[in-house]
Amino acid sequence: MESNKVLDAKGLACPMPIVKTKKAMNELESGQVLEIHATDKGAKNDLAAWAKSGGHELIKHEDDNEVLKFWIKKG
Amino acid sequence: MTVQAMTAKEVTKKVFNKEAFFILDVRNEEAFQDWKIEGENFEYLNVPYFDLLDGVEEILDLVPTDKEVLVVCAKEGSSIMVAEMLSEAGRTVSYLAGGMKAWSEHLEPVKVGDLKDGGEIYQFVRIGKGCLSYMVVSNGEAAIIDSTRMTDTYLDFANSIGAKITHVFDTHLHADHISGGRVIAEKTNATYWLPPKDATEVTFTYQPLEDGNDVEIGNVKINIHALYSPGHTIGSTSFIVDEKFLLSGDILFIDSIGRPDLAGLAQDWVGDLRESLYKRYRELSKELIVLPAHFMIIDELNEDGSVSEKLGTLFEKNHGLNIADEEEFRRVVTENLPPQPNAYQQIRETNMGKITPDEEQQREMEIGPNRCAVR
Repeated sequence: MESNKVLDAKGLACPMPIVKTKKAMNELESGQVLEIHATDKGAKNDLAAWAKSGGHELIKHEDDNEVLKFWIKKG
Repeated sequence: MTVQAMTAKEVTKKVFNKEAFFILDVRNEEAFQDWKIEGENFEYLNVPYFDLLDGVEEILDLVPTDKEVLVVCAKEGSSIMVAEMLSEAGRTVSYLAGGMKAWSEHLEPVKVGDLKDGGEIYQFVRIGKGCLSYMVVSNGEAAIIDSTRMTDTYLDFANSIGAKITHVFDTHLHADHISGGRVIAEKTNATYWLPPKDATEVTFTYQPLEDGNDVEIGNVKINIHALYSPGHTIGSTSFIVDEKFLLSGDILFIDSIGRPDLAGLAQDWVGDLRESLYKRYRELSKELIVLPAHFMIIDELNEDGSVSEKLGTLFEKNHGLNIADEEEFRRVVTENLPPQPNAYQQIRETNMGKITPDEEQQREMEIGPNRCAVR
């Protein structure tokens, strides 16, 4: 899947994956896609809930062995 | 500014003492709805940490200044962040050390009674998850029943009172939590007893626990009498300790009764459950103190934090023991069953020795409340 920016949040514990995601999103334009790689299992539900509350769209999610990958489209 | 950590043990004390307390839970809404720290006089506010990244100004009016405030999250990281923000805004708040993970794993030992010829029985209250396990101690020996996977707690406790663990029991094959029985037995060379009908698929050796088995603990011969009481699982076995305590496993609780553990077999097992609760238990002394393997709601805790009640009182007050009509009983037990516990199938396989997840995986499997009763 195409993304405009990739954020490596592997090895980071909560709340850092979302803190970094938020920062990275601020640098994108509406409609652009941020790809996030994380290892914190809690990130899955939190990113989904965060994207929703922020008006973004979680368009794809993949588990690649230990790495969780997310694609969020900026709203 | 620094913020104070509060341990799960300290929070447990507040639950037991019914203290007024304010919990700011910063997990996502779904996690909070599914499972939270329960206390009779606790107030709650759930605002996910990711909605507070820009500041806590918006919630300042909602966080009281006349109550102790605890910030809670899954593992503690986010709660520290939010607690620090509140602290910078001039508030005094604590965070839960280790988060809900620590809450789920905390065991609080409470003495529930003395035995006739010396010795005691302790209940280990797993306050965050509602699991209850037991240690029967007599003259330097100890037996453990329905232990959780936090095995060090039992080993340390036995050590602190100078008791050697000689027997370990599980009343049934658990589906809601990972048993520490096998690990404790291995570490202490104790005998591990399991009901054989629940253990047909286990991959390790165990001592088959059968109706009428008597096991003695300590020189003063504390008697643990096994009573076959199927219905939650096919092998479910209760124990009568010292002719005074009835360890009812997941068959009978204080304010509810067990449910057939596997939804698919509910129809087959409901007859067994009825027989256990309405015939076998009826033949026992009403003076027995019932000590279940779970509590469902915080109201079931006694003043001292223990969970127990006389069997006679339960015959009067427990709704599940007062359904005269068999058809209605069948309906209550098999319909509207609560959802199965999180990852129950993997938990069963772990308890059978078929899979050996690491500690982090075991933790994940157990997260959330237990749901083995019908009210």
